Amino acid sequence: MELAWPDPKDTTVLGKRIVRLDGPDKATGRAKYTYDTNRPRMLWAKYTTCPHGHARVKSVDADAAQKMAGVVAVEVLAPAGAELNVAFAEVAIVAAESEEIAREAVRRIKVEFEVLPHNVVDDDPQAAGASARPGRANVQGDPDAAFKEAAAVSETEVGCSIITHCCMEPHGSAVEVAADGKSLTAWCSTQAISGKNGRFANEAGIGDASTSVAICQHMGGGFGSKFDIDTWGQWAAKLSARTKRPVKVMLERDMELALAGSRPSAFARMRVGCKEDGTVTAWESEAWGSGGIGGIGVRELPYVFGNVPNKRTRTTPITTNTGDQRAWRAPNHPQMALLTMAAMSDCAAELGMDELEFFKKNLGYTQRAKVYEEELNLAAELIDWKKKWMPRGDQADVVRRGLGCSIHTWGGGGHDSNVQCTIHPDGAVEIACGTQDLGVGTRTALAIVAAETLGLPLEKVKVSIGDSRLPPSGGSGGSTTIGGISSAARDACVQAANALFEKVAPELGGDAKKLVAKGGKVYAADNEAKAIPWDVACRSVGAQPLVTTGKQQRALMQQGVGGAQAAEVEVDVETGIVRVLKLVAVQDCGRIIDLLTAESQVRGALIMGVCSALYEERIMDPVTGTLLNPDMEFYKLAGIADVGELVVKMMETPEHLGRGVIGLGEPPVISPMAAISNAVANAIGARVARCPMTPDRVLAALHKKKGA
Amino acid sequence: MNRFEFARPSSVADAVALLTGKHDETSVLAGGTDLLSLMKDFVVEPKRLMSLMGIEEMHSSAIGTGQRNPGAMAVGATMTLDWLLENRDVKAHWRAVWEAAAGVKSPQLRTMGTIGGELLQRPRCWYFRRGQGLCAELNDESLPAKGDNRYHAVLGNAGPAKFVNASSLAPALIVCGATVIVVGPKGPRTIPVKDLYTTPKSAAERELTLAANEIVTSINLQGPPARKSATYEVRPRQGLDWPLVTASVALGFDGKTIQSAVVVLGHVAPTPWVADGAAKALIGHAFDEKLAHAAAAAAVAGATPLSKNAYKVELAQVAVRRALAAAAAT
Repeated sequence: MELAWPDPKDTTVLGKRIVRLDGPDKATGRAKYTYDTNRPRMLWAKYTTCPHGHARVKSVDADAAQKMAGVVAVEVLAPAGAELNVAFAEVAIVAAESEEIAREAVRRIKVEFEVLPHNVVDDDPQAAGASARPGRANVQGDPDAAFKEAAAVSETEVGCSIITHCCMEPHGSAVEVAADGKSLTAWCSTQAISGKNGRFANEAGIGDASTSVAICQHMGGGFGSKFDIDTWGQWAAKLSARTKRPVKVMLERDMELALAGSRPSAFARMRVGCKEDGTVTAWESEAWGSGGIGGIGVRELPYVFGNVPNKRTRTTPITTNTGDQRAWRAPNHPQMALLTMAAMSDCAAELGMDELEFFKKNLGYTQRAKVYEEELNLAAELIDWKKKWMPRGDQADVVRRGLGCSIHTWGGGGHDSNVQCTIHPDGAVEIACGTQDLGVGTRTALAIVAAETLGLPLEKVKVSIGDSRLPPSGGSGGSTTIGGISSAARDACVQAANALFEKVAPELGGDAKKLVAKGGKVYAADNEAKAIPWDVACRSVGAQPLVTTGKQQRALMQQGVGGAQAAEVEVDVETGIVRVLKLVAVQDCGRIIDLLTAESQVRGALIMGVCSALYEERIMDPVTGTLLNPDMEFYKLAGIADVGELVVKMMETPEHLGRGVIGLGEPPVISPMAAISNAVANAIGARVARCPMTPDRVLAALHKKKGA
Repeated sequence: MNRFEFARPSSVADAVALLTGKHDETSVLAGGTDLLSLMKDFVVEPKRLMSLMGIEEMHSSAIGTGQRNPGAMAVGATMTLDWLLENRDVKAHWRAVWEAAAGVKSPQLRTMGTIGGELLQRPRCWYFRRGQGLCAELNDESLPAKGDNRYHAVLGNAGPAKFVNASSLAPALIVCGATVIVVGPKGPRTIPVKDLYTTPKSAAERELTLAANEIVTSINLQGPPARKSATYEVRPRQGLDWPLVTASVALGFDGKTIQSAVVVLGHVAPTPWVADGAAKALIGHAFDEKLAHAAAAAAVAGATPLSKNAYKVELAQVAVRRALAAAAAT
């Protein structure tokens, strides 16, 4: 059997719509998450945190907490003199017999603070003062001359707020150090389980990864924020070692939203110049934004249309006293797409050209013009662009409709991965991989590859993941998982099949190379009549199971995808309320393992995109520097009625499928905010200056237009 | 949340007897959709919870048949929002109330949340909810005034109170002329819904007029009025979300002429905001768009928006216009 993926026309389960194998477990609650982990004698740990955006600890009095019945351990993390740079920063941690006692106890720790000056302004470099650090201007070509010659020049001001990862299951872990202090088990919500055992062992002072185990069977979201064990993981391990009891530390929602990861804000003032035919010739952008206290800003513009010949760009990162940025699903890309696509769309409107045609006219500046063209055409067809599109500002009704589009790019090459395939003498098949399921559907994907390769029904394959004892696999970041695990699984299963074929070849004509495994049988390709059932064939492996280990295979993977999205919205110009009517996503990702989970990933990304376009943002208090919406009441996400109709079209042409497997988690989340912003601009004839496009901002854009 | 005692009396008399003269010492629990979150956030820390859910007489409804107020409806305070929404009489005769209940988009909240609880819920002001007090002052400065006030009051906010009353039912009940029965140690008294609320003038005061030892036992809706009512909410999300503003209106017509009018705004002031000026603008005229605009402008007359919430003044006018149009069209 060859390593290469089978022809798409010949597959039974590979590339079909296969329902997630662990879906019923998740839907019924049988699936146990880290948050669900409860061990005998387990302690709960909670934090006392800082209420100020910037402060120095003057004193900490933990006496009352220490004396409280049910409190087992108190640790002061920020002693007198410690400087804290963000609200909700950890001051002390308490481990207690119950979650309720721990919550009550942390409030009894009396902390005196010296309040220090803070900055939470990220949308105005001047107001941010010394926290803003203007970068150097980057010039390419001759932008001034190009602007002078341009047939149309547009000006755009747009941006987006800091948002968080907002994982449904907050960050955290439960750690149980054995009574003899020589081993531990850690349950942790992580997007990188391999090797985590060593991290916990080190913090617990065991210093021996070999006797430690880390487990993550199911997780409730990570989106780039759950690679490390973090200080809360460290403290779960330390407190367990000290108390000799299992300790669970899961963040409360407020700390989760304040500290456990954010996506930087990005704002820009941009000018775009183009020729009469719509070809962009000049780009100028002044961008700023904040990634928190670390304060990394915005990347180079324009996004995707990178090869515009004449440009001047400058970026000003702003440091804010807010929880630091972490990789947020396609780090920086959604913000860069918003800025770029908005500026391009405004230039199209300035010229009086259809935005879609304008984008297509400039695809030469992208890396994959042909793919984008193909995808934009499909997106236009699916949203009925030709029939529905109207020039900006042509409507007089209270409720106005608009269309917008955007394109994006991502890498998605597979990571290092090892997969073990075991064929038992009774025909049972086990697939083991130290990967995790961040949302990819890894269990299902591994089962599909094994079932397809070995010609078995899905239920015949038992998959184990989410355990540090399994063959190591990379962290789920950068959309690297599917390529890594699927190619390694294919490798392991092809090896296993070929080993089995060698053993049964004497019964089937002698030539192992001619054998195939299909439909639960093994037979020579030219003599299906003389087939041996799978279970019978497996007897030939002997007393010991047949075990193979596969590695990720470059020949089976690729990287570099494109995608085009289109949005249709409805805007009530009196209330400023925007409704998404329809979102279309056209996406390529090379060879598809499971069409259904692929489509689901795109749908999830679209929903996340609607949230950042219309609802969610971290709201900081200018007075105290704290987070004002550290809850799901005012940290708003879209509900099911808010997302509109979602249409997903995966590129399944032989050319795309022939490229090998490419990751999909990130690309589809890049464009929704840009496409929706453009659709709103198309509807109301004005650019809403900031996402989320809340009613106040939509009305402000309308007033600005009126005043202009 | 702290540990607490729990009592579940079975009569109004027992319930009142269990209450003390101090607010938040014993907290009254109905559906719990507000109180429990206040307790989880340590905004209130009662020693004892007294549930009203075991009191049969508070969990019923009746339509009056007598001469004095035929068709009036008495609704027990622990009847749920979901009950309101499902009730055909409410939908037919007190449209504004029904529409306000329909605006609570979470089935969970509607199923657990009671009418009395909806009326008596505490403000959602994020400074209040973070334990910084109802007037949220820090070093003699108003946090909402100086900080982020995008959801705060645009009317009635001259004093220290900048929060908004969170009830959507109250404006609707007020326009429908509803009263509530309040029972305390001295027995029952009947007051208009409007009188449940006051604007605190200092951090020591509360926004609810109920004494600590009083409970609301029922809500009385006047017999089917000839008046036409409606509620319009400006709510950003289709699902569970707080309205940015609401407007409830009731109009009485003589032919085409508006004979009586009540306009009440929600979520714009520390209390439901009874816009007498709007009513005045409407009475004696036939309804048309121009009149709606005049009434809407009158409804927000004297508005004093804070740094980030002028848009709410605009939205309030839209809500008034749309509520008026809806009422006039029924």
